[in-house]
Amino acid sequence: MQLINQSEVQRRLDMLKEQDLYIHLEMTTGAYAAHRDSSKHPAATFITNAIIRYSHGSISETGGPYRVGLKMNEGWIYSEGLTHYEETETDRLIMAGHDSQGKLIVSLQLSPQPF
Amino acid sequence: MEQHILVVLPHPDDEAFGLSGTLAKHIQNGAKVTYACLTLGEMGRNMGIPPFANRVTLPEIRKKELEESCNAIGIQDLRLLGFHDKTIEFEDKEQLDKQIDGLLKELSPSLVVTFYPGYSVHPDHDATGAAVIRTIARLPKEQRPVVHCIAFANNLEQSIGKPDVKNDVKDMLQIKLASIQAHRSQFQAEELLGSKKLGDKELINRFGTEHFWTYKFE
Repeated sequence: MQLINQSEVQRRLDMLKEQDLYIHLEMTTGAYAAHRDSSKHPAATFITNAIIRYSHGSISETGGPYRVGLKMNEGWIYSEGLTHYEETETDRLIMAGHDSQGKLIVSLQLSPQPF
Repeated sequence: MEQHILVVLPHPDDEAFGLSGTLAKHIQNGAKVTYACLTLGEMGRNMGIPPFANRVTLPEIRKKELEESCNAIGIQDLRLLGFHDKTIEFEDKEQLDKQIDGLLKELSPSLVVTFYPGYSVHPDHDATGAAVIRTIARLPKEQRPVVHCIAFANNLEQSIGKPDVKNDVKDMLQIKLASIQAHRSQFQAEELLGSKKLGDKELINRFGTEHFWTYKFE
């Protein structure tokens, strides 16, 4: 994984629009959050291989990690906290956000084929 | 001496910290070990630093790491059961128990090692331990293998007391560290071990003993 190159990710978002895609969307504090610090609220959610289609997708940032918004016919997909993407993928878009300890905290993946 | 040990844990790397020294010792004494690993830990948050894995590549990477860890320990038989990380508590219990029961019937282990249900922090750990206990409890008393449980919940001694099995694995530290280091996407070995040598007191205190609770069936 490499640090996000905004214009490259934008190019890939444009490439993937207006077609049926499989999505993996996830956010997690990790299963051990409350074990290590009882004041922490453990939360995690993921959805894998739901089929979506967006008409307009963009990536933005204001000095910190990146945000991605995908506008669909009847709704939105939103993800904040993205830091990395996989440069070597050609027809899929693999993005993730890693915290200061390197742990994955959010991921957004789009592919014409199931994950 | 244990003849056949069945280890049932949900994630690659669950064997490394709490169990690898004990297994290595049994194997050196002639035991055969079957390790049934329920998932590939595909939802793990650690991807290496800097991240060399991602959600897509992580399962294959963790599978290789697990094989390397098993080689280091000397585990002769690794079974990947193909369940999905984080979903064990939601699995069809019948399907889960059937797989474990199949292993028990096939291997007739004298010892089974798993997580202590309710005291093992991660929902997959608790659900795996619960499935093993449930399945063994169904066997006639005289056919039940001894079950040693790993547990690490905070304040667990108030409920289940102190571990009754304490294995000295100081002479297995090299193997244990090799098992831990095999899981390189999950543990940053440098951070963990620093420049400490094998004989280092801190390492021995931290890794030199492994604790288990023998499960008491009704």
